Amino acid sequence: MSQFAINLIFVGGSFALYIGIAIWARASSTKEFYVAGGGINPVTNGMATAADWMSAASFISMAGLIAAGGYANSTFLMGWTGGYVLLAMLLAPYLRKFGKFTVPDFIGDRFYSSKARLVAVVCLIVASVTYVIGQMTGAGVAFSRFLEVSSTAGIWIAAVIVFFYAVFGGMKGITYTQVAQYVVLIIAYTIPAIFISLQLTGNPIPMFGLFSEHTDSGMPLLAKLDEVVRELGFRDYTADVSNKLNMVLFTLSLMIGTAGLPHVIIRFFTVPKVADARWSAGWALVFIALLYLTAPAVASMARLNLLTTVFPDGAEAPALAYDERPQWIRSWEETGLVNFDDKNNDGRIQFYNAVPSFEDTAESRGWAGNELTVNNDILVLANPEIANLPGWVIGLIAAGGIAAALSTAAGLLLAISSAISHDLIKKTLKPDISEKGEMLAARISMGGAILLATYLGLNPPGFAAQTVALAFGIAAASIFPAIMMGIFSTRMNDKGAIAGMLAGLLSTLLYIFTYLGWFFIPDTNMLANTADNWLFGISPLSFGAVGAMINFGVAFLVSNATDAPPKEIQELVESVRYPKGAGAASHLSH
Amino acid sequence: MSDEKSPAAQYWSANLRLILGCLIVWAFVSYGCAILFRPLLAGIQFGGTDLGFWFAQQGSILTFIGLIFFYAWKMNKLDKKFDLGE
Repeated sequence: MSQFAINLIFVGGSFALYIGIAIWARASSTKEFYVAGGGINPVTNGMATAADWMSAASFISMAGLIAAGGYANSTFLMGWTGGYVLLAMLLAPYLRKFGKFTVPDFIGDRFYSSKARLVAVVCLIVASVTYVIGQMTGAGVAFSRFLEVSSTAGIWIAAVIVFFYAVFGGMKGITYTQVAQYVVLIIAYTIPAIFISLQLTGNPIPMFGLFSEHTDSGMPLLAKLDEVVRELGFRDYTADVSNKLNMVLFTLSLMIGTAGLPHVIIRFFTVPKVADARWSAGWALVFIALLYLTAPAVASMARLNLLTTVFPDGAEAPALAYDERPQWIRSWEETGLVNFDDKNNDGRIQFYNAVPSFEDTAESRGWAGNELTVNNDILVLANPEIANLPGWVIGLIAAGGIAAALSTAAGLLLAISSAISHDLIKKTLKPDISEKGEMLAARISMGGAILLATYLGLNPPGFAAQTVALAFGIAAASIFPAIMMGIFSTRMNDKGAIAGMLAGLLSTLLYIFTYLGWFFIPDTNMLANTADNWLFGISPLSFGAVGAMINFGVAFLVSNATDAPPKEIQELVESVRYPKGAGAASHLSH
Repeated sequence: MSDEKSPAAQYWSANLRLILGCLIVWAFVSYGCAILFRPLLAGIQFGGTDLGFWFAQQGSILTFIGLIFFYAWKMNKLDKKFDLGE
């Protein structure tokens, strides 16, 4: 059977599963549509949350980022998991007790202000729309590589599948498809990792293999990797970072941003009880950790594999001849994600870090510049081929990458559509809309959101990579502080919250645009995006944490200078603090 | 709520103390051991590198999981003790 046929069976089979679930889990009320009826088991919700959270970025890109950056990029590992501690302790249980459907719902009611609700809706939509672009393009890449269709056709196929189960099933359909998608993606991620760990270290568990002995050299794997990269002019893989302030703030921004992303928060509205929301956050992190503990192993092993493929006998011996390159390099060359340019015309692949400090060494070896460029994103997708695994594992990786992208896209689309149909239409424009009318509005806005996401996926703005920083920055600087103050301060009033959200949002946008260009339009940046220009060495990607502090500070000052919130609001804050009396999530109770 | 020592107020301050304790550990392992104190831990070898590297790539994540389950377990006990659970 051809590899194409195998891929088709795996991807087609997983799609049939998702559609089957959608038909079985059709939503028949707004409560089912928004919060899956509020009766999801905490472990099930944890698994769905893990799939909801782990996007194309976690599945496809993260290991490549760590492979390239080594220790310095551990920020992604800590940042994208540490947020769950904040969620479990500072947000999820209280929002579950509050018992509404959406994030702007809480902000609007708690700060007794439709303006606050509107600011929250805008933040949510900007953060979620920018995030969904990456999911659609990620699905497109996986389709075009594995199913031999154009990425345009790939994005349309993805849109139709998501449309089917998200529009009909709402949160209920999304929850159960996310559980299936988690199973698909975690199997796809770990199987190649286990084989590679066995080949390199003899240890079948990748997270232990990372700190084991490298079988071929008898050295610890990481010491071997440090040695190999050093001989090629790269920084040591485990080398420390000098700008610690930026590393701390970047990690903190990712953590706060994770906790403030609406599509993650709303998953905790689906469990029956307040205590379940706490357990569920723990389970979510367990399921996420299965991938996140494997990723750093995949990263270091794939980097070592790649370098020893190119330099089979070490950096001093002749490099791999281009004509003898393995099949996986050939197939990725076709996608343009791997490029070879024989600068010294010796027919061999010299792959090294061409920096001035390494020039003398390179010259003495007869090298005339780095000849191989490898896109970080291919590491995970190419893993099975690098390790010579059978064809069905490649089919599995294809289905896993698409599952990761689709599950996150669906969660984001639900967050967007519920903000439109519930917060904008039901709560602001047309409060007397019937249950049926609201359901229809929810489905139409979901359909509209999918069309918008598809359009943006097909015509990605040139700034797709930077927009993820924007999504995290906005979530960290606006949404997270507003919710947290709404729970932990009875004194916080409407004016303080609105001023804080706007100050956090605008300062973050200003800082990002200053270095990355106004609305990311190239060449409109006022300062070059280099470490010398950054304020106190803080990169634009790390500013979300500073924006959050500005939000807290401004909100505190403005709130204390103006009237305390009304008594019933203070009582509302008291009530969300105690689990007793939490009914199922509902929009009726007040 | 008028009495400062009401059970509800006691429950809330117990919760705040617990959160504070957990977040100190949370910050200590990630920002401390994995980033700021890594040079201090450089002497402790671990699997071909130092302990700080382990905290950055695995130790923090494992600690985070432990913290959430510990918090959930302690809060369940508090809910029962103050009869404020569901």
